[in-house]
Amino acid sequence: MIMKVSDSMTSPEDILSVEHLSMRFGGLMAINDLSFTARRGEITALIGPNGAGKTTVFNCITGFYKPTMGMIRMTRQNGEEHLLERLPDFIITRDAKVARTFQNIRLFSGLTVLENLLVAQHNKLMRASGYTLLGLLGSPIYKREAKKAIEKAAHWLERADLLDRADDPAGDLSYGAQRRLEIARAMCTDPELLCLDEPAAGLNPKESLALNTLLRSIRDEGTSLLLIEHDMSVVMEISDHVVVLEYGQKISDGTPEHVKNDPKVIAAYLGVDDDEVDEAISEVESLDGGQGA
Amino acid sequence: MANTVLDTPATEGSLVGKAIKEALFTGVMTLGLFLLYIGFRTDQDISNTPIVYGRPGLLAIFVAIAAVGRFLMVVFVQPLLKARKEAKAAAVVQDREATFFKKHILKFALVALIFYPPVIVSLYGFQGSLKFVDNFGIQILIYVMLAWGLNIVVGLAGLLDLGYVAFYAVGAYSYALLSSYYGLSFWVLLPISGILAAFWGMILGFPVLRLRGDYLAIVTLAFGEIIRLVLINWTDVTKGTFGVSSIPKATLFGIPFDASPNGFAKMFGLPMSSAYYKIFLFYLILVLCLITAYVTIRLRRMPVGRAWEALREDEIACRSLGINTVTTKLTAFSIGAMFGGFAGSFFAARQGFVSPESFVFMESAVILAIVVLGGMGSLTGIAVAAIVMTGGTELLREMEFLKHFFGPDFTPELYRMLLFGLAMVVVMILKPRGFVGSREPSAFLREKKAVSGSFTKEGHG
Ligand SMILES: Nc1ncnc2c1ncn2[C@@H]1O[C@H](COP(=O)(O)OP(=O)(O)OP(=O)(O)O)[C@@H](O)[C@H]1O
Ligand SMILES: [Mg+2]
Repeated sequence: MIMKVSDSMTSPEDILSVEHLSMRFGGLMAINDLSFTARRGEITALIGPNGAGKTTVFNCITGFYKPTMGMIRMTRQNGEEHLLERLPDFIITRDAKVARTFQNIRLFSGLTVLENLLVAQHNKLMRASGYTLLGLLGSPIYKREAKKAIEKAAHWLERADLLDRADDPAGDLSYGAQRRLEIARAMCTDPELLCLDEPAAGLNPKESLALNTLLRSIRDEGTSLLLIEHDMSVVMEISDHVVVLEYGQKISDGTPEHVKNDPKVIAAYLGVDDDEVDEAISEVESLDGGQGA
Repeated sequence: MANTVLDTPATEGSLVGKAIKEALFTGVMTLGLFLLYIGFRTDQDISNTPIVYGRPGLLAIFVAIAAVGRFLMVVFVQPLLKARKEAKAAAVVQDREATFFKKHILKFALVALIFYPPVIVSLYGFQGSLKFVDNFGIQILIYVMLAWGLNIVVGLAGLLDLGYVAFYAVGAYSYALLSSYYGLSFWVLLPISGILAAFWGMILGFPVLRLRGDYLAIVTLAFGEIIRLVLINWTDVTKGTFGVSSIPKATLFGIPFDASPNGFAKMFGLPMSSAYYKIFLFYLILVLCLITAYVTIRLRRMPVGRAWEALREDEIACRSLGINTVTTKLTAFSIGAMFGGFAGSFFAARQGFVSPESFVFMESAVILAIVVLGGMGSLTGIAVAAIVMTGGTELLREMEFLKHFFGPDFTPELYRMLLFGLAMVVVMILKPRGFVGSREPSAFLREKKAVSGSFTKEGHG
């Protein structure tokens, strides 16, 4: 669904705006009336305790779940607007240019690292091969595009520090390398918004540092990021904007600094009772003139 | 039992002692198991009173086979397997040296196939060559082609199709019916049969490909049966169980293979023989097989082919990369079906007769078994498996001498399923990924390395 930019609700720098999103599984409200925006050229982090509904938000954005209610609007660089809740998953990646990785890594483990990145360029190569027919006949256009695709893959392999593993099966990589490969693969779809589900999970401190650098460079080259992360050092270090979820609801939204000091967030992470939270909030508000929450 | 043997250090004396012990134990177990089944045979006489014969001799043979088998297993096979396992672990690097032979084995095979009919003819004469060219040549190559076609669906795209024979049937009946009703020639109908089969592949695929795994398998199985039942019951067109007979033969650039003055034999001044047609068919199916292989190899390097394999590995990841999985599955299904259709029309031209009997579920099962045995996705492995399975059946037919042992009523080919079952169990234990378990990457950056079968998946859809 493509619309013109006319809606006053969104400003041009909002790449993704989620409005009143709800997702119900039977009796469970996994997401309850959630609204937030992610701005173009920024890293937006989505954090929250286990089971808060972060992955469910991703699945709604990328079309793997159809939300029970709400609207998800993706604004592309060229002004096209896509209402993601109405699109099938593969069109969201193909046309709305939203790519994702998975919390439990999903690589094509029996294909080589290089092949993984070529599969990600499927749609472009499909068109270049005349939907296979011209390619079978040995069309030079396809040959040229195939070569370009390999160059692009090599570029991302280099960025992800996987160049010397290019011809090994993806399933043979170490855990950290698999995580990087999944990011490289998502980047090969030329996304404008990249959604990463816990990219730093299971990485050692050195790998985590390298990941920070990689993510920052991706942002600086113009791809906006939406990031789910438990590792606070990563979140605080690289994100420009943090949204905090608890039980499917937004409890805080702002800069990392702001969120870090939000008593609601502290309470959610430390597991304080609800009435104590109210106490804590009123305490903080009385202290710094009510600019909290 | 097996573990205890593997764990002890294999000094020769203790091994034999151990083996004797285990052989005795196995013998006793076998005796206990078969005492009632084999040891006695019940029958009835004219007045319907039961008579019991003892069959101590047969029982002894069973027990002996089990005991000796166990002995040999423990003394020879297990140490051998163990040594092989160790050698494999140690010598991964040595693999490189075998590549010259490996690289050229396909060329050798192709040359051998091309020279197969002339060599056979020169050895056995035209009449004697019939059996070898037809039963061992054409028959095997038909299965090679069918298995290569199914390989696209099962081996590459990972879609378990239990009704592949339906497309074979569509191809065969397309040729049979269109040639007898409209008099169209083989060369016109060959592509048409393929297209019709592909069309049916789409028709079936569209509703069915939303299903995954077991559900897909069951629905494709049902589809295979539906096609067969339609062929049986639509008697006006298909003549039901009687089948369609006197289907025109294929021609060589318009030259028919018959006794007419412009037939092949007369034209070239050769003595009459049915062998020419068979040899012609042999080369025809060989070419069809080569086309199948060529297209498959080319397709694997195309984006669709890669998407098929990605689909087999992880469908959800495919969708997250913007791949339309429905059309991708449909292409795999219909291209696989198309090759089935080509093979079907060839089959009709070769037999001159088709009936629903040729398209039972057993055929689908055999073709699928060939694909699995060969190693899903590997053309070479599948060809070897087709030779073993189909050639094995034909060999069993030849084993007349077994009648001397088991009596004149013994028909060895009735035991083929038993033997295949056994062979499959053995192969799956020794080589769980089939004859060729590794896959060749479709593209490489620096060096082409085969991907070990332990990383590839079988697919769930
Ligand atoms: N397909 C589903 N069917 C039913 N319930 C689901 C489904 N997916 C998620 N849920 C439930 O929704 C809630 C939120 O799950 P979600 O995976 O989004 O949490 P999360 O924030 O990603 O947690 P974590 O940090 O552990 O990954 C959980 O209670 C989960 O059990
Ligand atoms: Mg999660």
